[in-house]
Amino acid sequence: MKFTLSWLKDHLDTTASLSEIVETLTRIGLEVEHVIDPTDKLKDFTVAYVIDAKQHPNADRLRVCMVDTGTGTPVQVVCGAPNARTGMKSVFSPPGTYIPGKDMTLGKGVIRGVESNGMLCSAAELQLSEDHDGIIDLPDDAPVGARYVDYAKLGDPVIEINLTPNRPDATGVHGIARDLAAAGLGTLKDHAIKPAGGAFPCPVNVKLDFSTKDKHLAPMFALRLVRGVKNGPAPEWMQQRLKAIGLRPINALVDITNYVTFDRGRPLHVFDAKKVAGNLTVRRAKDGEEVLALDGKTYTLKSDNVVIADDKGVESIAGIMGGEHSGCDDATTDVLIESALWDSMNIARSGRALGIVTDARYRFERGVDPAFCVPGAELATKLVMDFCGGEPSELIVAGEQPKSDTAIDFPLSEVQRLTGLELERSEMVRTLEKLGFGVISQSTNADRIIVKVPSWRPDVEGKADIAEEIVRIAGVDNVASVPLPRIDTAVPKPILTLLQKRTRQARRALASQGLVEAVTWSFVSKEQAEGFGGGQPALALANPIAADLSDMRPSLLPGLLKAAQRNADRGFGDVALFEVGQIFKGDGEKDQRMAAATVRRGGSGRAWNAKATPVSVFDAKADAMAMLAALGVPLGGLHIVSGGPAWLHPGRSGTMQFGPKNVIGWFGEFHPRTLEMLDVDGPVAGFEIILDDLPAPRAKPTKVKPKLELSDFMPLERDFAFIVDRSVKSTDILRAVQAAEKVLISGLNVFDIYEGAGIPEGRKSVGVTVTLQPREKTLTDAEIEEVAGRIVAEVTKKTGATLRG
Amino acid sequence: MSDLQTLESSTLTAIAGATDETALEAVRVGALGKKGTISALLATLGKMSPDERKSAGAAINALKDKVNEALTARRTVLKDAALEQRLASETVDVTLPVREAASERGRIHPISQVMDELTAIFADMGFSIAEGPDIESDDYNFTKLNFPAGHPAREMHDTFFFEPDAKGERKLLRTHTSPVQVRTMLASQPPIRVICPGRTYRCDSDQTHTPMFHQVEGLVIDKSAHLGHLKWVLEEFCKAFFEVPNVKMRFRPSFFPFTEPSMEVDIQCRRSGGEIRFGEGEDWLEILGCGMVHPNVLRNCGLDPDVYQGFAWGMGIDRIAMLKYGMPDLRPFFEADVRWLSHYGFRPLDLPTLAGGLSA
Repeated sequence: MKFTLSWLKDHLDTTASLSEIVETLTRIGLEVEHVIDPTDKLKDFTVAYVIDAKQHPNADRLRVCMVDTGTGTPVQVVCGAPNARTGMKSVFSPPGTYIPGKDMTLGKGVIRGVESNGMLCSAAELQLSEDHDGIIDLPDDAPVGARYVDYAKLGDPVIEINLTPNRPDATGVHGIARDLAAAGLGTLKDHAIKPAGGAFPCPVNVKLDFSTKDKHLAPMFALRLVRGVKNGPAPEWMQQRLKAIGLRPINALVDITNYVTFDRGRPLHVFDAKKVAGNLTVRRAKDGEEVLALDGKTYTLKSDNVVIADDKGVESIAGIMGGEHSGCDDATTDVLIESALWDSMNIARSGRALGIVTDARYRFERGVDPAFCVPGAELATKLVMDFCGGEPSELIVAGEQPKSDTAIDFPLSEVQRLTGLELERSEMVRTLEKLGFGVISQSTNADRIIVKVPSWRPDVEGKADIAEEIVRIAGVDNVASVPLPRIDTAVPKPILTLLQKRTRQARRALASQGLVEAVTWSFVSKEQAEGFGGGQPALALANPIAADLSDMRPSLLPGLLKAAQRNADRGFGDVALFEVGQIFKGDGEKDQRMAAATVRRGGSGRAWNAKATPVSVFDAKADAMAMLAALGVPLGGLHIVSGGPAWLHPGRSGTMQFGPKNVIGWFGEFHPRTLEMLDVDGPVAGFEIILDDLPAPRAKPTKVKPKLELSDFMPLERDFAFIVDRSVKSTDILRAVQAAEKVLISGLNVFDIYEGAGIPEGRKSVGVTVTLQPREKTLTDAEIEEVAGRIVAEVTKKTGATLRG
Repeated sequence: MSDLQTLESSTLTAIAGATDETALEAVRVGALGKKGTISALLATLGKMSPDERKSAGAAINALKDKVNEALTARRTVLKDAALEQRLASETVDVTLPVREAASERGRIHPISQVMDELTAIFADMGFSIAEGPDIESDDYNFTKLNFPAGHPAREMHDTFFFEPDAKGERKLLRTHTSPVQVRTMLASQPPIRVICPGRTYRCDSDQTHTPMFHQVEGLVIDKSAHLGHLKWVLEEFCKAFFEVPNVKMRFRPSFFPFTEPSMEVDIQCRRSGGEIRFGEGEDWLEILGCGMVHPNVLRNCGLDPDVYQGFAWGMGIDRIAMLKYGMPDLRPFFEADVRWLSHYGFRPLDLPTLAGGLSA
């Protein structure tokens, strides 16, 4: 919403400065976005008299002018304008002036050997028009030395406010003035509008052609003919205001409708009566009906749209834009003035559907004042008669004004209850009254008043709205900050849930592993979703923003894989990314899970003291185990089962599970087909674990750690090399070792895997080191041999191993 | 020169001339071994008269002591020299680079870091963290929050929708974290103090908007929480979050369907170059929206607005991260460019705490 300062002062009697007004507007909720004060850029330009203009001695196209700028001493200026001549008045700028149209600061100069101490300016140089043809030619009575901006009345600052959707009343200058008056910045001027009467019945009739349930679409429609008008340009002052707020003056009749739209928040329409065939019918459009609108475009309408039609067809899209056919031009002599009410929701929908943004739609979709429908028509009539003459008909009104009689039983203490602000009763009542609310005191209860909501405030529905009105005018800045009392004055208790804690810890743990945290989109392409076990219709967006962001992600992995590849494509091939975030297994609340996933691509990188190794399934496993350990997940029950889901390499992946039913995730290298689908290359490995599925730590009554038992005896290590089939899992060997001796073994590790010379084809050697911790006495060689024998026997029995010689 | 003197001189010369421990040992054996020269002299003492023995014994023992002393001294010199030589041979180029530790490379995303900062601040003020699903019902995202039917936010061009399910219900991606307010009020009794951080979605994509972003919502409900408390909470939050002793805030009346009165909040700042400083300067920067929870919202969540009252606020986590840490653009937050993440990300052990300061 834009207006100018002088326009505001038509409605507000005030001595407040521009900056006070701007500051107050923002303070009371009419946030000022921009203030453009033309005076700023034009303040140095003055009216000057050309005493003498002579031909430049050295240039055919230049003149040397002696200019009276009002200082008493004539100034010599070299001027190239064809219209520079002795005795004219024009606009002068001294050296040092910033010339907005040229984006330069004027300096003193010598032009072809003649000194020039300033410039005579064109309208284009002042950014007032496109006119470059010559310097501004002012009338003889222009006062020499005066600021041009004042003389030409160009100094009217333009204020633009960012209007919230709940304030239809502030779509007009009058409503804004009312708010400022309530805020103490002056007095609202009452512009009583006198009905124009009518010399004759309106010859055009209006029918609201709606079924009972559609009546709300067009509750009221006022129409008047003014005949014998002489259309032409609107008065200069009106054109200037319209131009200042960015509208193009067209002709008086059209400009009046635009002016009243901004002046009163009351959109109007004018028809050239001679172009209207028969009577007007307001109705739903027929599907497929077309209209050529005033913007020169043809719109195809649907029955959702409301139109105004004559005997020949649609003449106007109700509340949004008029039709080209019956528009007013300079030849118009009889004009029909329309002031109507429309359903705000229908206008919003139609406007959006048709893609038309107009000042009328902006107001109707917020809700215009129903009580100003008839006064709006009368105001327009008066302006038409003032500017264009003519003779008005009687005003006809179809339909009726909808009731707007909201009354709110309001306890004044509500203001303090909701805001903490203590205000005098009289101040609160005064504020409401100045905003146009009716206030009825109740004799029985001084705290309670009945507040009658004015017709222009459809947003005010209840007590909280009234409290807001009072507080915004009193000033939210006057509400004192009050410490929020603690519910519990003790040291703050822990507040994170187990999952919240684990989510945080997972991030820190993975970052400590050298992985970098990424946040990728929650949506992936359909193909990617399907490739990772998702893609069900319930998780496909109906209106995705892009084809590759169409489905909710079933896994973090596709996003991370694509991200890793993007980095590789930029020249960073060794990347290690992780994400901890939501994945979607369905559209139910419980189907959203918290996952942690990693993708490592490339390798370890070269170093002088270590070989560069490509990433492998074991990097992914190490990351997964590190994270689980950091989260304090009891790992005793964790089983690693060979293989994983389809997107992982079947021979280089593992499934992590606590028992056969509780699978918590997977790790591994990726399936070549998956990588091909994603267009990802290079060695890539990763894991994904669902944090929701991790077992909770066992609840304990105290924080005491279990007793530490230390042995006095030295532990000892024994190495075994088992030759087994290639397919035997190391975990089976280790389990057999453990089964053979349940007391003494305190450590177990695989220290070597070997296939090749010396080992039969299809078999491998697995080197296992076993740490034995004597408990009560040092073990004798015989006792050690006995344990070793049992271990070998058990492993042989379980895995078919032979001891390597 | 006597024989003893000759022997002393030749033995000491041999000791001094020994270049390693083996040679020195040979000299020792030659002098003091069973068949050594000095041992041989000592053996002659038995055949001497007591007087002779007395004077010769003293002289020979003195020589023996002198030789022993010389042997010890030489042994030390040779040992030191050998150690020097070993150390010299073991010298390496310590300027060679070592592999970067994993914890040096790892990074926490600024969004996660800021969420941890928010948690640290609000946990201290007695707030819990509430969460809700990203896929929401129209009812929780709009209707219960007092959005009128036909509100533009409910249209396809603003909000991501799913296809209607078998019951005809059309789910959507939450456009704000406010449905978590609704869930919290429906599930628990006042007093309520929660913050709700999370992912949010809108059909928007340009330089300053991304289809997915992060918000944090705050909600306080009891029987007395008012606007003055809201101002205090937000002032304290801003000081703590931006880590400045003072911050000037401007509360402007505004409009949201779910609060009444509603306000937008600007904070005072100074902008110079790419940097923003808070607590000084002349500019105002909008950072959040807030207000008293609308009576209709309370009613929709089963609370009587004449008994219960409270306030809520919401702000962009990505946005406050950008303001605090100076990222110029939003889009790179979600592009996973390791150059950006390494630069703007946080070290794994930079855990924000109030005791240690939110940022290092």
